[in-house]
Amino acid sequence: MAAFILRRLIQTIVVLLIVSIIGFLIIHLIPGDPALTMLGENATQEQINALRTQLGLDQPVVVQYLRWLINVLHGNLGKSLMYGESVTSLVASRLPVTFHLGIIALILGTLISVPAGIIAAVRRGGVLDQLITVSANLGMAIPLFWLGILGIYLFSLKLGWLPVQGYTSPFDNFSLNLKQIIMPVICLAVVPLASLTRQTRSSMLEVIRQDYIRTARSKGLKERVIIFKHALRNAVIPVVTLLGIQVRNLVGGSVLVETVFNISGIGRLMVKSVFDKDFLVVQGCVLMIAFVVALANLLVDLSYGWLDPRIRQEE
Amino acid sequence: MAHLLEVKNLVTEFRTDRATVRAVDGVSYYIDEGEVVGLVGESGCGKSASQLSVFQLIASPPGKIVSGEALFEGEDILKYKADSEKMREIRGGKMGMIFQEPMTSLNPSLTIGTQIMESVMLHLKMDKRTARELALELLRLMGIPDAIERFYQYPHQFSGGMRQRVMIAIALSCNPKLLVADEPTTALDVTTQAQILEIVKNMVKKSNTALLVVTHNLGVVARYADRIYVMYAGRVIESGKSKDIFAAPRHPYTVGLLKSVPRLDEPKGRKLVPIPGLPPSLSSMPGHCAFYPRCSYRVDACKQKPWPELRNVGDDHYTACALDMR
Amino acid sequence: MSPSTTEELLELPPKASEFKRFVRVFFGRKVVIFGTVVILLFLLTAAFAPLIAPYDPYAQNLGKALESPSREHMLGTDPLGRDELSRIIYGTRISLAVGIISVGIAAIIGMALGLFAGYFGKITNTVIMRFIDAMMAIPPIMLALAIAAALGGGLWNVIISLGVALIPTQARLMRGQVLSVKQADYVTAGEVIGASDLRIMTLHIVPNCLPPLIVLITLNLGVAILSEASLSFLGVGIKPPAAAWGAMVNDGYRYLLSNPVLSFAPGFCVMLIVIAFNLVGDGLRDALDPRLRGTL
Repeated sequence: MAAFILRRLIQTIVVLLIVSIIGFLIIHLIPGDPALTMLGENATQEQINALRTQLGLDQPVVVQYLRWLINVLHGNLGKSLMYGESVTSLVASRLPVTFHLGIIALILGTLISVPAGIIAAVRRGGVLDQLITVSANLGMAIPLFWLGILGIYLFSLKLGWLPVQGYTSPFDNFSLNLKQIIMPVICLAVVPLASLTRQTRSSMLEVIRQDYIRTARSKGLKERVIIFKHALRNAVIPVVTLLGIQVRNLVGGSVLVETVFNISGIGRLMVKSVFDKDFLVVQGCVLMIAFVVALANLLVDLSYGWLDPRIRQEE
Repeated sequence: MAHLLEVKNLVTEFRTDRATVRAVDGVSYYIDEGEVVGLVGESGCGKSASQLSVFQLIASPPGKIVSGEALFEGEDILKYKADSEKMREIRGGKMGMIFQEPMTSLNPSLTIGTQIMESVMLHLKMDKRTARELALELLRLMGIPDAIERFYQYPHQFSGGMRQRVMIAIALSCNPKLLVADEPTTALDVTTQAQILEIVKNMVKKSNTALLVVTHNLGVVARYADRIYVMYAGRVIESGKSKDIFAAPRHPYTVGLLKSVPRLDEPKGRKLVPIPGLPPSLSSMPGHCAFYPRCSYRVDACKQKPWPELRNVGDDHYTACALDMR
Repeated sequence: MSPSTTEELLELPPKASEFKRFVRVFFGRKVVIFGTVVILLFLLTAAFAPLIAPYDPYAQNLGKALESPSREHMLGTDPLGRDELSRIIYGTRISLAVGIISVGIAAIIGMALGLFAGYFGKITNTVIMRFIDAMMAIPPIMLALAIAAALGGGLWNVIISLGVALIPTQARLMRGQVLSVKQADYVTAGEVIGASDLRIMTLHIVPNCLPPLIVLITLNLGVAILSEASLSFLGVGIKPPAAAWGAMVNDGYRYLLSNPVLSFAPGFCVMLIVIAFNLVGDGLRDALDPRLRGTL
């Protein structure tokens, strides 16, 4: 197990390094003069030159990268052109909001999808299975922004039950916050819900076919024991590996959901910065997200390693 | 006197997306207490399917037990639903089964100890501590060294032969009256095969458990079985006492089987004679004797009549061949 | 007279029946047929848009702005007086074009990367796979967003950025397939004879890796279309006056109370076409190899 952990840690670090290169390259993808694009047409040549020096654009690429990387490791991601504050503090202030929504969506999604997947598998072909499968398929196809808009139309505009947009901190006004996050969380949860349900179902179906389930049956065990004690244990392993991807998808979803519901999280920050051509912020967002996702993946892999006795016992 | 298990005219079908296949086509056999019976035949002849039917372990789509009875201690257990308490009491408690693939027949996420204890805790209502003692004892009986350490280990830490021993331990843990061994040694190497068979034989002798060995390996059957049933294409085509069948087989298929297996008591020069051709496809069976195309004794008349029923040709010796092969 | 029993009894399935089996399983489920029909309808709509659309999608008519659905304009008109239905019909072209081209790019590059990683192994594998891991750490939308933004918006930049974002899954799957096919005896046989790497790769390995990849490509078409709609909703992708479904949803957002159809209709189309691709993808998976059921 220790060797496994070490290996995964090293992998994560390497991945983060490569992510940093990708993040770095974003600015360099910009056709023409990045500084000019960022400052806009009204900038003076002086301002452009100043920004160029600040970004180190006049130095060889490798040097630029290393300087930049050292800065990043010190937590210095530069300054936002739009907001004036440091990118790091900007990103850091938005992250908790996204995290708040994301984690609730993930937990909600998992709590519903696993039982749903089990039921669908155990009652394969029946009405319940068809219902669950169709819903899951729908969930995978529905555009999140559209779902949000539908929700707003129905629950805010027509029925007036929920507020249209916005986000106030739960520490300031808990009940308002609760009402505000219901729709965004549900929208966010749809993707992991659909995906995990499908995976749980197919995983269970796969496991139920196995020889060792037949052995368990031949012992005369109750069906419930077979499903929960014998089958589920093995079926969740592939599902757990999906959790890492779900974290990533949730962040992706937050880009859309936060825009529709006007929530000031990291997703909306990124979209706004893209339009403002505030590329340093864009960079910062990408790096922060990748870091969080890579961390989540690492945790997921470690728990997967612990769940599977074959890996846990590796000497 | 009632047999321990008597199967009467069992018919089991499997529905594939092309056709419906009769894997078990009116099979009847019995086994008495303490007996060792062999069920012999090629792959696909229905021998495993009939056992799985009796235990109601057939996956229900696509399989289905269509008709027939399985009288265990006089009661037709096929009447019970597969998941009912009555059936589950018998399955595992009074009848045990060991399967062909030891590598995949144990749950990789549970310890060996847990998997052995489950049965006795369920059927014999033991508490955890007693169950643990029993499980350890069984492991020792099976000849697994370091039983206490092994108890907490997982299947992937055991070799194929050892896993099969664990399977035997599990199947015998509740002292069943009948043990069905479905190709117990096919997946093991030759030395291990012999060990496993000896263990099984000794265990069943000790507890007077009836043993039904399903196999395509005549050598296994010759050594251990009191009586033999030979199956082909879903039916029993010959049955009788072990020594009668070996000494004077009365069905061309049995003759062919015996000729194709090497024997120590034969002259070195004798050639092994394989049975030509392949078993029939169960989805397109002819109306007449299914062995006809490969039979070296066949005559035209065999093609005209329907597949013969079993007829008595000696002391408890039956054959499904209309010809007299003496 | 002994009939040649072996010939009588050997029942080898001819190649033709393999195809028949595929067709039978694929069209065996009603939902798959539904999906196929939907996709065909969308393709036809895209191809014959000028013939089907009642109006010019770009024709503004401010006097008739924001009308509700009526006989003349079945889905109403947008804020600039353009016919919504025509715009939706023309939107089919953008969605399908972006989807197909970006998935095509991702498939070719992804498969090549996966092939090299799987076949050559060791360092090639490590380098490629770590790169793939890094790309997978960034949510596809964000990746596409960042790239499209850096390059500037517009049709081709969206296609490129989506193509890039979809490479990782293709590469990963291809590599997995290559690894398992590589074990096969016929590959070893080829190596023993001394066939060149290129020959082995193209003749033996790639064709046998295809089935699950075909399924992934189909599913990715749905993903690409969904992503394109998201990007144009955000305003990054294809912008008005082009009739992109996502942008239309965004346009309609402001007028939700008075003309909800403006946002509902294009979003519904996105959902419909994505469901269709998902259903067809599932059907392909079941038909090509039922053993894949658990893996995709």
